[in-house]
Amino acid sequence: MESIIQTAYLLASVSFIVAIKMLGSPKTARTGNLLGAAGMFLGIIATLLHREVVRYEWIAAGLAVGTGLGAWMALSVQMTAMPQMVAILNGFGGAASALVAIAEAERILLSTSSEAAYFTLSTIGLSVLIGAVTFSGSFIAFAKLQELITGRPITFPLHHYQSLILLIASIVGTIGYTLGGGTLLLYGLSAAAFLLGLWIALPVGGADMPVIVSFLNSLSGLAAAATGFVLNNYLLIISGTLVGASGLILTQIMSKAMNRSLWSVLFSAVGKSSATGTTQDKNIRSTTAEDVALMLSYAREVVIVPGYGMAVAQAQHAVKKLMDALTVKDVRVRFAIHPVAGRMPGHMNVLLAEADIPYEHLYEMEQINPDFPQVDTVLVIGANDVVNPAARKDTSSPLYGMPILDVDKAKTVIVLKRSMNPGFAGVENELFYQQNTYMLFGDARQSIEAITQALKNM
Amino acid sequence: MTEILFAIFIFTLAAFLGFELISKVPPTLHTPLMSGSNAISGVTIIGALVVAGESGSPLLTILGVLALILATINVVGGFLVTDRMLRMFKKRD
Repeated sequence: MESIIQTAYLLASVSFIVAIKMLGSPKTARTGNLLGAAGMFLGIIATLLHREVVRYEWIAAGLAVGTGLGAWMALSVQMTAMPQMVAILNGFGGAASALVAIAEAERILLSTSSEAAYFTLSTIGLSVLIGAVTFSGSFIAFAKLQELITGRPITFPLHHYQSLILLIASIVGTIGYTLGGGTLLLYGLSAAAFLLGLWIALPVGGADMPVIVSFLNSLSGLAAAATGFVLNNYLLIISGTLVGASGLILTQIMSKAMNRSLWSVLFSAVGKSSATGTTQDKNIRSTTAEDVALMLSYAREVVIVPGYGMAVAQAQHAVKKLMDALTVKDVRVRFAIHPVAGRMPGHMNVLLAEADIPYEHLYEMEQINPDFPQVDTVLVIGANDVVNPAARKDTSSPLYGMPILDVDKAKTVIVLKRSMNPGFAGVENELFYQQNTYMLFGDARQSIEAITQALKNM
Repeated sequence: MTEILFAIFIFTLAAFLGFELISKVPPTLHTPLMSGSNAISGVTIIGALVVAGESGSPLLTILGVLALILATINVVGGFLVTDRMLRMFKKRD
């Protein structure tokens, strides 16, 4: 029986490897995901044959409740809410890994037969540490994205020293537990790690969010891998490590897109440095939907820059209608996607895909930046920090050095915004005060619908 | 001791494999890749199944069932929502 189970685990491992590989290419992604699900199913079935598994009633209940809740969440969630969905699922995965490790610790306590090896104890400690950080960090990310708490950075005095102290406390707790400190120490370290997760996620806001979401994704994989070490289960080690590694790569891509190191995202908050420059004396030019429609209809080419504001206003379908209305008038429409636009990697791509906007119309930052000087009109929909020229010019700006979309170089820029509040980074955006910039205030979806209507009336 | 070394051996190889697998992924697939791999990280469900199903103390069973519920949500929710997203991407070709 044992060899059947191990063979099934091997097959599941292979299916996960191939699944992740296939998820990396548009043609094979969907099959890859299904293959991953099949591998998981196989792994679950094989585990039920395990000789230690003797009671099935609790398993049936747990699987039923989890399946019901998971399916309900997956089928009812709005596409715009995908970042918080990924965050909360991450958190559940991390918590599950930590709980399994805690159960293992309690079992060791019960078995009087032999002393557990240092290695097992250390992996239990690590699994609890990583799992708890993943859980609480993801929970805060979820709460921020769901707007249960403010999306702006929340910090305490000497915040990052506190984070470092919590990190050190968690590590010391892990070492202490490894050296035979007992389960009380394990619960202590899990509390410290839980707080560490909170402390890491609370200061994160705005464009840092994709970094932290992909980092937590990586951590949830590492938590599973650590649990694999505890149970000496190679399937868990392999798949957890794969997810950890791929998540780290994504985190790296996101950090690079912001020109910040992961360390600085985790241990130093953006936006705390004073907002630069006084802007009270500068003027903005606000405009109307009718004027915007006029400007767009006379353009040869329009580039649309979507941001988090589009997601919040659920404006993606309205954007598609606007694009259609412009195409009818022979205006070329392209979309410029900043790597950290939105709140998770690829956020804008998902929303535009939901609205049926063809992939060929989407351009990455490096592709489209050289074209901006020739573009007649740029329409910025709820994006702020990723189009802030201060990132290019102002060395004192917290955004300085972050690669941005050079929309300020276009002939005309129209910015759709709810109000004059600065972006999540809390930094003023001089783009709004430029000679060639027009502001259209209001809910993004209503604004776009009004523009589309005006276009059709022309 | 050899068992530990073997586990570390596997971990190291898997890490390198993971880095190789994801080296060039188009931005459009960043979200599905993340949520799909997130579902895979719910593999901890296998540990939860054993804890929930063995004849341990009530505390162990509670821990196990709780872990099982959370991991199942992670797995089922993760794969389903990824499929929902990828279905949208598929529509246009």
